[in-house]
Amino acid sequence: MDLYEYQARELFAAYGIPVPDAAVVRTPEDARAAARTLGGGTVAVKAQVKTGGRGKAGGIRLAANPAEAEERAAEIFDLEIRGHSVCSVMVARGVSIAREYYLSVLLDRGTGDYLVMLSAEGGVDIERLAAERPEALTRASVDPIDGLDAERSREIVEQAGLPAEARDGAADVLLRVWDLFVAEDATLVEINPLVSTGTGQVLALDAKVTLDDNARFRHPEHDALVDPCDVDPLEQKARARGLNYVKLDGQVGVIGNGAGLVMSTLDVVAWEGRRFGVRPANFLDIGGGASAEVMANALEIILEDPQVEVVLVNVFGGITACDLVANGILHAFTLLAERGTPITRPLVVRLDGNNADLGQEILDHLASTVTPGLIERVETMDGAARRAARLAAGDAAAGVDEDPPPGERDVVAAGEGWEI
Amino acid sequence: MSIWLRRESRVIVQGMTGSEGRKHTQRMIYAGTNIVAGVTPGKGGMGKEFNDKVKKPVFDTVREAVNQVGADVSVIFVPASAARSAVLEAVDAEVPLIVVITEGIPVQDTLHVLAHARRKGVSRILGPNCPGLISPGRANVGIIPANITKHGPIGLVSKSGTLTYQLMFELKKIGFSTNVGIGGDPVVGTTHIDALAAFEEDPETRAICLIGEIGGDAEERAADFIRDHVSKPVVGYVAGFTAPEGRALGHAGAIVTGSSGTARAKREALEDAGVRVGRTPHETADLMRRVMRELG
Repeated sequence: MDLYEYQARELFAAYGIPVPDAAVVRTPEDARAAARTLGGGTVAVKAQVKTGGRGKAGGIRLAANPAEAEERAAEIFDLEIRGHSVCSVMVARGVSIAREYYLSVLLDRGTGDYLVMLSAEGGVDIERLAAERPEALTRASVDPIDGLDAERSREIVEQAGLPAEARDGAADVLLRVWDLFVAEDATLVEINPLVSTGTGQVLALDAKVTLDDNARFRHPEHDALVDPCDVDPLEQKARARGLNYVKLDGQVGVIGNGAGLVMSTLDVVAWEGRRFGVRPANFLDIGGGASAEVMANALEIILEDPQVEVVLVNVFGGITACDLVANGILHAFTLLAERGTPITRPLVVRLDGNNADLGQEILDHLASTVTPGLIERVETMDGAARRAARLAAGDAAAGVDEDPPPGERDVVAAGEGWEI
Repeated sequence: MSIWLRRESRVIVQGMTGSEGRKHTQRMIYAGTNIVAGVTPGKGGMGKEFNDKVKKPVFDTVREAVNQVGADVSVIFVPASAARSAVLEAVDAEVPLIVVITEGIPVQDTLHVLAHARRKGVSRILGPNCPGLISPGRANVGIIPANITKHGPIGLVSKSGTLTYQLMFELKKIGFSTNVGIGGDPVVGTTHIDALAAFEEDPETRAICLIGEIGGDAEERAADFIRDHVSKPVVGYVAGFTAPEGRALGHAGAIVTGSSGTARAKREALEDAGVRVGRTPHETADLMRRVMRELG
């Protein structure tokens, strides 16, 4: 889970990492009041969104006084920053910046160590800095068992060439960031920029923290950090029902089993729909179990998305038997009718693997009892994605020639025609 | 031959008395795996019955199991909250191959146990959050379905369980020496590269299938390794071209961060290293059939 800056800032404060005084507000009027409480002087008004590029998008503005803070906040609340609407803004007391630095602690996925990244140049696009001038970014690995102590922290700060007056402060911040990282089960803590002020104090002007969702069981307090404003209502509903659902913005709803197979299904849908502007509407992994209830819940969630024109069910029965999956679909029709939300948009189903014959029989029987065309069974994954894409495209697909069947299509040459 | 697993491998199951552990132990026994014991703290001495009057002893600790019955593989089905100590126990008992099926282990626990295993230098850890490995017709350790393919000349390594099953099924007429599921977590004990190196050495493996997905740069590093060290033909597949930035899709490690970890970068790296990459699982299987025809 990514935290908002204001939540990360509160965590920072709890671990003794110096941060500017600030308040988080949800209306422009409250922004004015907050600026007044902060002394009435210059404040930074900052959009609280979980995406990068906030400054460039106009989501961080300075205001010289409370009235201006209200105006800037009103402008920021109207923004949509890379698809994220702004629910809250942070009003932070202005700081006189002498120098800016960059600091982060993260996982090194390649080596299985932790990685500290520190640069004497802050406020930068760090990916760009790493690519263009790697020498300006100190990368220090930290052993997972030994961890980071004061001495190593000091070493890293010196290695990064921070100015002498900032070294004590920066080494202390790094040590505290490490404590936070470990104690809170974070996977990323990033401060960009970390600054030193004219008076030599080192403080975090920004705060980015990602917490490990897998560690929730030992951090019940992290539940309080889930911001309702932030969560897509369908995703929230799916989570409450134990479904792994990510909302996208296409027209083909996708249900499958296994993360890899579902990701792959999205890709194939996007490919098959490329000429009609058809895209996958969601990621939904029903996992190993495909009981009637799981299937009904999955279908219900997906069909609540008004953009969905057609649902593609793609299941490979490895451990799960296909007849169980087919029965799940069968019962889902009944269950959803009973819940008052009968299935009216077409389902394209591909079942393969264990007991595929039995599953296909059940489906064919079901198809014969519902509105003709409501359930279509297709033998292959590629064929099913193709059928679903054409159905979703409707008239747009009418004039377009069919590709040759996937099985007979010549395999694409390297680098050709991959853009989806 | 197969890699890492033999018909004779002596396998213990940590968490055998739990519902998942029991279910999959039964499946592993059916697949011919030489299961020698289970380990559940507090349930030592009880023994566990399986179908056809098969009975397996249960020990309190891995050390006891190793001392009493001998074991060279441990497969772990304990809940995520108990996984750290379970893996550490197997590492300390110096079990050569530890297969961690458990999903949802905090990544800091994973880093800790992997670092511990590196220091001891005895155990290979497969996973966590992986389906295990199978040498079809010989032994099956984990949750990969045993009856959808047969033994043969392809070695397969994959981050994804279901994509592995899909390819096993599509290529069942050719068959596999070993299928290795390395898992979808951000950090795993065994990488594509480890499997590629082992398949390159394995005389029975004639061609290699590599399945990757978004997140990290394991596929890019695998591509570098293939260029320099793999002489056998490699066919690849990468999932996640449509993944939105910053969202994990199902697997904790399947996430595009900024501009890194994209499917496109992985596909390009693999193709640059001479790997033939399929656009769908089905096309990947087609490519592998071609490779096998070319090999004669």
